[in-house]
Amino acid sequence: MSPKYQPVIGLEVHAVLETRSKMFCDCPVVDSTHEQPNVAVCPVCAGMPGMLPVVNRSAVDYALRVALALNCEIHNTSIFARKSYFYPDLPKGFQISQYEQPLATKGWVMVETTEGEQRVGIRRVHMEEDTGKLTHVVKDGQRYSLVDLNRSGVPLLEIVTEPELHSVEAARNCAYTLRSILRYLGVNSGNLEKGLLRIEPNISNRPLGILEFATRVEIKNLNSFRSLERAVSYELARQEALVEKGGVVKQQTLGWDDTRGTTVPQRSKEYAEDYRYLPEPDLPPLVVDPAWVEATRAALPELPHAKRRRFIQDYGLSGYDAGVLVAERETAEFFEAVVMAAKVADAKQTANWITGNLFGLMNEAGTSVTDLLFGPADLAKLLDLVATGELNPAGARQVLAELFAKGGKPAQIVKKHGLKQVSDAKLLRNWVAKALDGNPEQVADYAAGNQPVFNWLFGQVMQTSKGKANPNRLRAELERQLAERSPEGGIR
Amino acid sequence: MSELHSLNVASALKGLRSGAFSSRELTAAYLQRIEQLNPRLNVFLYVAADSALKAATAADKKLSKSRKTKAKLPPLLGLPIAIKDVLTVAGIPATAGSRILEGFVPSYNATSVQRLLDAGAVILGKTNTDEFAMGSSTENSAYGVVRNPWDEERVPGGSSGGSAAAVAAGLAPVALGTDTGGSVRQPAALCGLTGLKTTYGRVSRYGLIAFGSSLDTVGILARSAQDAAILLNVMAGYDPLDATTLESKAPKVKLDGKATVKGLKIGVPKEYFIEGVQAEVAKGVREAIAHLEGLGAQVREISLPHTEYALPVYYIIAPAEASANLARFDGVRYGLRVEDQNLIDMFSRTRGQGFGPEVKRRLMIGTYALSAGYYDAYYGQAQKVRTLIRRDFEQAFEQVDLIAAPATPSTAFRIGAHTGNPLEMYLEDVFTLPASLAGVPGLSLPAGFDHQGLPLSLQLLGPHFSEERLLQVGHAYQQITDWHTMLPMDLLKA
Ligand SMILES: [Zn+2]
Repeated sequence: MSPKYQPVIGLEVHAVLETRSKMFCDCPVVDSTHEQPNVAVCPVCAGMPGMLPVVNRSAVDYALRVALALNCEIHNTSIFARKSYFYPDLPKGFQISQYEQPLATKGWVMVETTEGEQRVGIRRVHMEEDTGKLTHVVKDGQRYSLVDLNRSGVPLLEIVTEPELHSVEAARNCAYTLRSILRYLGVNSGNLEKGLLRIEPNISNRPLGILEFATRVEIKNLNSFRSLERAVSYELARQEALVEKGGVVKQQTLGWDDTRGTTVPQRSKEYAEDYRYLPEPDLPPLVVDPAWVEATRAALPELPHAKRRRFIQDYGLSGYDAGVLVAERETAEFFEAVVMAAKVADAKQTANWITGNLFGLMNEAGTSVTDLLFGPADLAKLLDLVATGELNPAGARQVLAELFAKGGKPAQIVKKHGLKQVSDAKLLRNWVAKALDGNPEQVADYAAGNQPVFNWLFGQVMQTSKGKANPNRLRAELERQLAERSPEGGIR
Repeated sequence: MSELHSLNVASALKGLRSGAFSSRELTAAYLQRIEQLNPRLNVFLYVAADSALKAATAADKKLSKSRKTKAKLPPLLGLPIAIKDVLTVAGIPATAGSRILEGFVPSYNATSVQRLLDAGAVILGKTNTDEFAMGSSTENSAYGVVRNPWDEERVPGGSSGGSAAAVAAGLAPVALGTDTGGSVRQPAALCGLTGLKTTYGRVSRYGLIAFGSSLDTVGILARSAQDAAILLNVMAGYDPLDATTLESKAPKVKLDGKATVKGLKIGVPKEYFIEGVQAEVAKGVREAIAHLEGLGAQVREISLPHTEYALPVYYIIAPAEASANLARFDGVRYGLRVEDQNLIDMFSRTRGQGFGPEVKRRLMIGTYALSAGYYDAYYGQAQKVRTLIRRDFEQAFEQVDLIAAPATPSTAFRIGAHTGNPLEMYLEDVFTLPASLAGVPGLSLPAGFDHQGLPLSLQLLGPHFSEERLLQVGHAYQQITDWHTMLPMDLLKA
């Protein structure tokens, strides 16, 4: 990126509130990517004549949690409004949303950037309902569309940040942080592919030194964090090149073509751009009394940012490790449970094992902490065995792999495979002596100054011990015997 | 037996309980009269003869059983009733008087209808209405005008003109209507009936095909205040399916006669006796007020200063809400669809052919009023003035218990008299609109006849949730007058 421009990025995030029933009727919220079409539909969410919306209090409760977690000002009275446009996936011809008086405004969220932590403003948080889904088909040369209303009326939360993100990385981290918070609060599972979480960045390039914002574009249809990054990068570069050539950025909504790696102008879905907002006469103003707000605030879990800070302070973890551990609430809780259960192993070792070996296994298998076949107490036991020297790291990795694959108890696995580490001096002395006796050439090489041969010899002994030798003791014994055998009589 | 169709609700229920006649006999009498007179009056859009007789037979079983066991019976068991065709009845076509809903059969009962059914009522059918309840004469129905039983060359009023004509002509003992700007009170007045417009939020709107959501109310067209009270008691109260209904359990209305009028303060708003009001109409109202005075009421003149703004305010708010409410009629899911090459053309042609001229007029007004750049000047401003109108009533009800006024500027007008001039038609509602905007209840009471033999009417208005008092006063008035007992039954013999 040329230093002539500063990227100015804001995010509009739509999160499905994964409540049991829809926003304004009793229909269940189903996975519309898997469920048969139109199985979760009633006259209300199908927009039949004479039907009225009734607010799902649980959706309000979810929304309130998010608004409080984002440090927003909660409006005790907010207003639902009708946003009108014609489209077959919108059964009533209007979407019930919040417009002039949203549930919450003026919040903030802390986001990690390369320049450190940044406080990013949250402009507003409001509730609305989702639309149905259209599938366009061609049959016998006829083009037509099928309407699935399973998603119609599903509660959505819209979160709008201020345009205060100034890099691709900051935009991505902000999106990721918001996702993490939603998941911590148990209101949204954060799945972008299924459209449960939709992140729409608005992007402009501001010439450095200029205060006014340049014309911005919005990008829709991003179904992964990877495409978010790619789309933002692409768009920043496109806008810069355009302006450099003397062109003008047009305000528009773009889609992201992931295969071609380009943004594409979106076919306008709405016929008119005037939504003719109207306060929803079928719903009285939504009143969230202070007691409700305070009860919700009191019940909020510790959020990722606070948890990360505590992990650094209380456990002496690096910022990076703490960040990785708190990204998912379940992982953070698992980590702390292991630390609590461990008698000898310390928090740093625990963090290393989880973010290193365990994450490696999980990534490979495509699973998460909640899928583990063993509990935190089992991992604590395993790490204690390492810390007390009863198990060496290689053996521990083997035990972990088995725990991961089949579950079980670490002590039993160690016993079953005879993995207990050997620290016995006499046994180590014999193994080293045997190895050196059998490889006089290498011993001579080493004596002549070929140092890498040491590692080869170390490996030989380790093999003899079937990997069970205490590596530190073995290293010491090998050094001692080699010195003994060197012509200089141990003085090198 | 031939006079069964002239019974009111109270006497019909008494006859059913005592076994003087069966629900099947009563229902059949109405069905027969509908068959005979509907071709002339065009009251019913759908007659549910089979299901009505079936329901009546089932009611008779319960009735005869209870005569032996003395079991408690649902309050309306076996009573036939007509429903305005903007309220849904499961399994019966609902048109709202519009072509755009042709073929639509809802799967759900309106809450008001459900409560009547739960109380044992027998549904005779669906009555004609101005399209989407937009009108004051039923001339805007896509299915033809309803004739006023008092003079078949005249309108019955609207939009609940079908329900009003049904009760007046003896095609049903009582009927449900809806009142958004006067659509129960005005046709009741023009047809010589007792018409109750309920407080906004007293009776659920669930299943009422919406016109102006902040104004729509379910009402009753009956032959007496007592009959209206019997139905209200069944329908009123909180409904979890309508977030704008009152939470508390609605109190049951008890009518206890003349005593209630004594000492009652009645206000007469000077703004309702203006130029353009038919002299006989004003005189009829004054005479009715004098009757109430005779019962001990204290009458005084009051002012509702913002009355003249009710009409322009209403004709912004109601169309604005309608423009959103009627957006769902797009040909995608139900009702009429006129196919075309692409989506927008399909929408346009469906709505172009499905809606009549008055509906289109109001949808355009409403769409315009909500458009970006115009919202504040129209809808926003109208809401502010609506607050002033509501305050007029609040202040008035600090001084008086009820308000007495004309319901309409004239008696029933001739079919076609106002069809060329929408504004003239809108003026028909000038005395009913303010109460609708304020959300307060109103009651039309028969109050004599003009020189042409057309019914005159008194309109009573009360504070929010004052239906009981309105009906008590109406009942007391009907104890000393017999206008409500006069019906055009004889006129219809010819
Ligand atoms: Zn539903």
